Amino acid sequence: MRATEFSSSIPSRPVYAGLRPHGALPALMLAEGAGGEALAELAGADPSVMRRAHLFWIPAGAGPGLAARLRALGPAGYVEGPDYAALRPRFVRALADAHMGTRLYLAGDEGLIGQAMADALAAGMPLEAIDAEHRGGIARRMQCVHCKGITENVTTDPFTCAHCGLNLFVRDHYSRRIGAFQGVCVDAETPGQVPEPQEIKP
Amino acid sequence: MTIRFNDETFRDDYSFRNSAEAIRRFPFPFDKDDYMYSVNMEPHGTGGRAGSVFEKRFDVDEHYVAEMRDRAITLAGDPLRCQSLPHMELAGWDLLELIMQCKAEDYPELFQLHRDGDRWHWINRPLGIEQRFTFLDPTTLPCGPLEYITRQAQGDFAVLDQREGNLWMDAGMVTSQADWSLDFDIGMNFFEWHAPVPKAAEMGIFQRALKFLLAVQQGAPSRRLNWTMTVNPRLDTSPENYHLWGPEKRTITPENVGAKQYLRVELQSFWRLPRSNALAFPIRCYLIALEDLVTVPKWARRLHRVIRDLPDELADYKGFAVNRQIIIDYLAQFDDGKPTSPGIFADD
Repeated sequence: MRATEFSSSIPSRPVYAGLRPHGALPALMLAEGAGGEALAELAGADPSVMRRAHLFWIPAGAGPGLAARLRALGPAGYVEGPDYAALRPRFVRALADAHMGTRLYLAGDEGLIGQAMADALAAGMPLEAIDAEHRGGIARRMQCVHCKGITENVTTDPFTCAHCGLNLFVRDHYSRRIGAFQGVCVDAETPGQVPEPQEIKP
Repeated sequence: MTIRFNDETFRDDYSFRNSAEAIRRFPFPFDKDDYMYSVNMEPHGTGGRAGSVFEKRFDVDEHYVAEMRDRAITLAGDPLRCQSLPHMELAGWDLLELIMQCKAEDYPELFQLHRDGDRWHWINRPLGIEQRFTFLDPTTLPCGPLEYITRQAQGDFAVLDQREGNLWMDAGMVTSQADWSLDFDIGMNFFEWHAPVPKAAEMGIFQRALKFLLAVQQGAPSRRLNWTMTVNPRLDTSPENYHLWGPEKRTITPENVGAKQYLRVELQSFWRLPRSNALAFPIRCYLIALEDLVTVPKWARRLHRVIRDLPDELADYKGFAVNRQIIIDYLAQFDDGKPTSPGIFADD
């Protein structure tokens, strides 16, 4: 599976340039599911990236073979977790402990990249130190502009806010600080008139 | 000069009204009979046209007390309308100083600022506030400096950090916005927070505007006017509350359009702050009902032509496409086709 190509959009919509090796600099790596392949390819292009890398891995349906391959790449540290919420305390601690010049490699779907990048930026990591590659589904992480609740894994437009129940349309406007796209009430002016949901496209 | 402050509301019963004086000094935003985006900057500061909203650096008008009451209501329901990222505290003090100093100098009968070194004494007569505090010591104010002073100043305030050749929306007080969210946009750079604006990016507007703004010097503020349309004199047209005010947009009829449809004008100004090197960006909102606006014949003719000829995308973006034809039909009766004079001011 290759990195996702997104159609062109507004300037706040993130684009993911993909992972490029930065040599044996100290690094944090975080991958989920199909993102694990991107890390394996990165290490294939330059094995030295693993020498000082702490790897955080969320299998998310990827088989044990991929986990074994990632471990075999020889990262300096390896932490596995069932999802980002569970892995987050250890990942955030690693961000806090990271020295200046540490690189961050992120690979997975937009929800994972968005949350991890928001945590990294909040921890003081500069945006230029972060490489990200989109792999996996194109579900979006959406913030309801009204109640502020986050709905994960949104695949249709419009969708129902998991918190307040409003019908929200999916904007391309994106906040790196929140790690989410903006959802806005679709029937605010004409309550009850909700368009038929459509599948989100890349 | 004395100002009689209106007892009025910007929500529920919408008792907001403009006096004859407020109509006469309204900042009509069109200097010709058509409109397209432009980097329409001009110098701001003391010495603006007498009696106009440009005369003073931070215009105080008859709506001051009621607007501050409306801001307090909005903040009580949503504290996220005022935010400041941690590195913006000093810029908040810069802004507090700028506003206090300008208000005290420009309206000495309403505001006073007494300074004894770092020990300051602020008197705000219209709001009945008297505060002694230590400049740069946040423990001596009831809230942060940005929130403190912008609860006493009309208009929204964005405070922009300047770094990496860009401007960053890193602090603000935003309760009377034309449908954008500070909570969502905080931390974004100039191009990111303007991303939803159609057409302007491909016209190079933002590149040129940013270049201009990065070069704004201390003591040499600039300004521009921006505009949109709002149904009812509502300050809080926020995305946060869109589901609450949205239905009002569909209540315009040929019978009520003159009274319920408002032209909403933003007087935006840009100020370099001395300690933080941040850029203060006040966005002052003025509202006028179409039936009041058409009492100035030049404005009636011109607004008709602008709205009639506006590209559809802009009417969509500004959110009045659904009422556009009713607005055009209403204004048409005040447009006799005669030429209009250049510039924004009413003919004397």
